[in-house]
Amino acid sequence: MPVATRQPLLVLENVSKDFKLPGGAMLQAVRAVSLTVHAGEIVALVGESGSGKSTLGRIALGLLAADSGTVVFDGHDLTSLSPARFRGLRTGMQPIFQDPTASLNPRRTVRQLLMQALWKQPLEGETRCIGLLNDVGLRPAVQYLDRYPHELSGGQRQRVSIARSLGMEPKLIIADEPLSGADVSIRGQVLNLLLDIQRSRHVAYLMITHDISIARAFADRVAVMMKGELVEVGPADAVLRTPAHEYTRRLVAAVPALGSPRGA
Amino acid sequence: MHDKSALQAAHLLQLRGLTITYRSRNGSVTAADQVTLEVREGESVALVGESGSGKSTVARAALGLLPPRIARIDAGSLLIAGRDMAAATEREWEQMRGYPAAMVFQDPLSYLNPVMRVGKQIAESVRRHDPGSRAVEARVAELLDLVRLRESVIRSYPHELSGGMRQRALLAIALGCRPRLLIADEPTTALDVTTQAEILALLRDLRQRLGMAMLLISHDLGVVWEESERVYVMFRSRIVEQGSTREVFSQPSHPYTAGLIQAAKAARNSDGRFATIEGEFSTAVD
Repeated sequence: MPVATRQPLLVLENVSKDFKLPGGAMLQAVRAVSLTVHAGEIVALVGESGSGKSTLGRIALGLLAADSGTVVFDGHDLTSLSPARFRGLRTGMQPIFQDPTASLNPRRTVRQLLMQALWKQPLEGETRCIGLLNDVGLRPAVQYLDRYPHELSGGQRQRVSIARSLGMEPKLIIADEPLSGADVSIRGQVLNLLLDIQRSRHVAYLMITHDISIARAFADRVAVMMKGELVEVGPADAVLRTPAHEYTRRLVAAVPALGSPRGA
Repeated sequence: MHDKSALQAAHLLQLRGLTITYRSRNGSVTAADQVTLEVREGESVALVGESGSGKSTVARAALGLLPPRIARIDAGSLLIAGRDMAAATEREWEQMRGYPAAMVFQDPLSYLNPVMRVGKQIAESVRRHDPGSRAVEARVAELLDLVRLRESVIRSYPHELSGGMRQRALLAIALGCRPRLLIADEPTTALDVTTQAEILALLRDLRQRLGMAMLLISHDLGVVWEESERVYVMFRSRIVEQGSTREVFSQPSHPYTAGLIQAAKAARNSDGRFATIEGEFSTAVD
């Protein structure tokens, strides 16, 4: 899908982050990575565990400070903002995590969880809650308002956490492995929901995933990380069909695929 | 010492109408409903299904690893190398575990002893299979070579190994008993794709070199396609379809299998949507 507006929304430039390992050695988790996500665009960040993709996502979200480099979101350099200004801007960028059980407070109902996200307009909160639940396909919404996370299925919990993100009216959603615990039959439903949201709200996604086939089908562009470095970035289909980098080639070849020649 | 005469049977594993229920205070759940499945000598068979389908229950039942008191075999037979184990005691099961059938799991760390060096754990398995053996050390070295682990791993503790190396260590322990059938429950699910590819290649190689049969439990249709000759598809505690992997995947007869294959391709339809499994055959609760 072509990117409607090529306006840069999130611009990571030369971002680096080291971690000190027990014993004193340094791990270069992210090494001078530059990556841009445009408004309304879907970018998949792929790589294996330890490649630095989640660290980069956390830096973009401001959950982790970069050692060097800049993070510009919607025209503002987040690295130089005061915490108060940062909080104001941060609402434009929302995370979705792999395990919705861990990111939803188990002692709050769906209504309370959503109201937290709607703190800016508490008055029309209830109506907004219902609207959000409808948007993420939890219908009839009133049936879900008073439930606790443990009274929902995994797929429903993921929908609630998506609804919560949408409550902040984000321009960018950073989704870290949102599907890795999900069965294939649920996977399609969540991906379709994310596509619907992108169309109706013109949201951009940075999807962090280890799943090459999802990256190929879902994203406009793919960025491949290996050992902290961005080794390849380009249109999803081109990068994954004819990879330029040796590592991308290995990664693509390793995916067991239906209908591949190795099979029965 | 294991009973080697068991190997006379061509069927290593035969389940006939196996029905297993889990009981709890709130009632009982049928986890396996009249499951009929077999694995013959040297075959590679897959049992595929989504979470909650009952596939792991079947795998565990095949080695007598169901939780006692909670799980019960209500009907059917379970034959290992021709011997009916449906009503076997724990002591009888101990004689069958490791040989003729052994198992590896998704999470090797839970099955490796965290405070025992890997070499010692493999040696235990070798002695268990062959108590009289005087060449235990040589056999441990041979097993490490077989799973392509460095010999220095003998002195390592499980937490010092990577995920892929732990799975190889668990495999070495399983192979220590010279199994004729390896039951592999999601053996690569927790691993990165490149590591997964290495472990799958290793399993393929071991099957060929040792003539070992495999029952692969997996949710990943790509893995099943590449690694199995025959497949059983499990949905809501039942086997809904079975046959040669090639035939089942190219011409699925059950709508659930068809939906699963479509969804597993992770490709968009002509309308730009992802395939989903809706209605009657959806496993999604929502």
